[in-house]
Amino acid sequence: MSADVPAIEVERLVKTYNGTTAVDGVSFRIPRGAIVGLLGGNGAGKTTTISAIMGLVVPTSGEVRVLGTDMRRDRHRILHRMNFESPYVDLPGRLTVRQNILTFARLYGLPDPKARVRELAEELDLTDFLDRATGKLSAGQKTRVALAKALVNDPDVLLLDEPTASLDPDTASWIRDRIARHRDEKGASILLASHNMREVERLCDRVIFMRRGTVVADAPPAELLERYGRDTMEDVFIDVARGQAVMAALESGL
Amino acid sequence: MTTPLPYRRFSPARIGAMVLRQWYVLRSSWPRLLEIVYWPAMSMLTWGFLQVWVGQQSTMAAMTAGTLLGAVLLWDILVRGGLGFSITFLEEMYARNIGNLMMSPLTPLEFVASLSLMSIIRLMIGLVPVSLIALVLFGFNLWGLGFPLIAFFINLIVTSWAVSLVVAGLILRHGLGAESLAWTAIFIMMPVCAVYYPVSILPAPVQMLAWSLPPSYVFEGMRALLVDGVFRADLMAWALGLNAIYFTLAALVFMRLFEKARTTGSLLASSSE
Repeated sequence: MSADVPAIEVERLVKTYNGTTAVDGVSFRIPRGAIVGLLGGNGAGKTTTISAIMGLVVPTSGEVRVLGTDMRRDRHRILHRMNFESPYVDLPGRLTVRQNILTFARLYGLPDPKARVRELAEELDLTDFLDRATGKLSAGQKTRVALAKALVNDPDVLLLDEPTASLDPDTASWIRDRIARHRDEKGASILLASHNMREVERLCDRVIFMRRGTVVADAPPAELLERYGRDTMEDVFIDVARGQAVMAALESGL
Repeated sequence: MTTPLPYRRFSPARIGAMVLRQWYVLRSSWPRLLEIVYWPAMSMLTWGFLQVWVGQQSTMAAMTAGTLLGAVLLWDILVRGGLGFSITFLEEMYARNIGNLMMSPLTPLEFVASLSLMSIIRLMIGLVPVSLIALVLFGFNLWGLGFPLIAFFINLIVTSWAVSLVVAGLILRHGLGAESLAWTAIFIMMPVCAVYYPVSILPAPVQMLAWSLPPSYVFEGMRALLVDGVFRADLMAWALGLNAIYFTLAALVFMRLFEKARTTGSLLASSSE
């Protein structure tokens, strides 16, 4: 596959649920090796957009391609090169950490699943509780297990929904480092939905702001700060959530 | 650095991974293991002692000795086969794990295959001890039926999978609000598929309904074997033919509901309920 093919292409994506439009004509491209933030307030359409990228939701119209593959028709051809983590999806709590990761290593068809579990356990500092029930771990430990599952197949495309939500600053920083390292070492493309603006500033090459189902801004964080005349991404986020950034963007021709 | 194997449309290894995972879930809870044996055992003891008592009162009952216990065990295959499939599916829903599975290379067909295999494993965990109770306490040897038992078993388990497939599709589409169907759907067949009495005892219109259900042929076949000593291959062929139709229809309905769940977003919602 040509390296020119973007990791993710979303073209004129529309999704309606029972007459309510959740996503309305969203288009963007994520090149190989980029970390892109997908931001927006509650109900902005982020989860629907990510779900359409994963192929869990069929678009009403428009197209979604991952590494050139149409996610509506051929998602199973590319799923072995993708992975995701979301606070809305759990791993069975009664299974041990080892059993959970091992299952996904096998589902992804890895040649040596047990070796991969050991490797991830060392890398993510899970070795001491590999044989503990996943449901009995702390929030930070569970997040690391979920990240291990998301990295188990060394994905070319990684979708992360609030990867550091409800974590203490130290663990969150540690997780962010690991995400950045995955991009640096693997050249992976990462789409990151987050409400943590410092995380976005630190990790993302580019930020896509959504509001009421549409993309209202798409630029690198530094450029957004400059164009909206704000000191922090948090201020930009608040402006966007309240609709003020749309006007600012129109005025500045963004 | 890890290299996943190339994409495969159908992978027995993925089915194996799921069965192993579901086995981990099952064995992690001894009350659940016990429950698999508990109800069939209670049912067998109750009906077994009833058959002993009725047999002492009536010559006819004595002549048909074994048909009641045979019916109890075969009905259990139908019910427990369906429950084994549905409960394993529900475990994924309860664990909010469907999103993880559907984002992995696991295909719906492989998922269904793993649920089917798991239903056989769960069924055997319950059936083996209960059939031993039937043998030791009541002198009824289920395994002594030989080849006909295989024909009965295949027909009943395929019917149970067909019903459970539709139920699983409905749960994917409508969420855990449809959960009660998993526990009750199979029982809709009980009065009409002639479990404990012949089809001929039913009113004429209901008989037509009974002959449209594969289990009716199995239970009639079981009675023919135990009372007359005849294996009715024709009945099994009818059951097999009907099962082929029903299972194909159920698979189509499941895939339709799965796609509908992708369209309406309920596939995603099922992960976060």
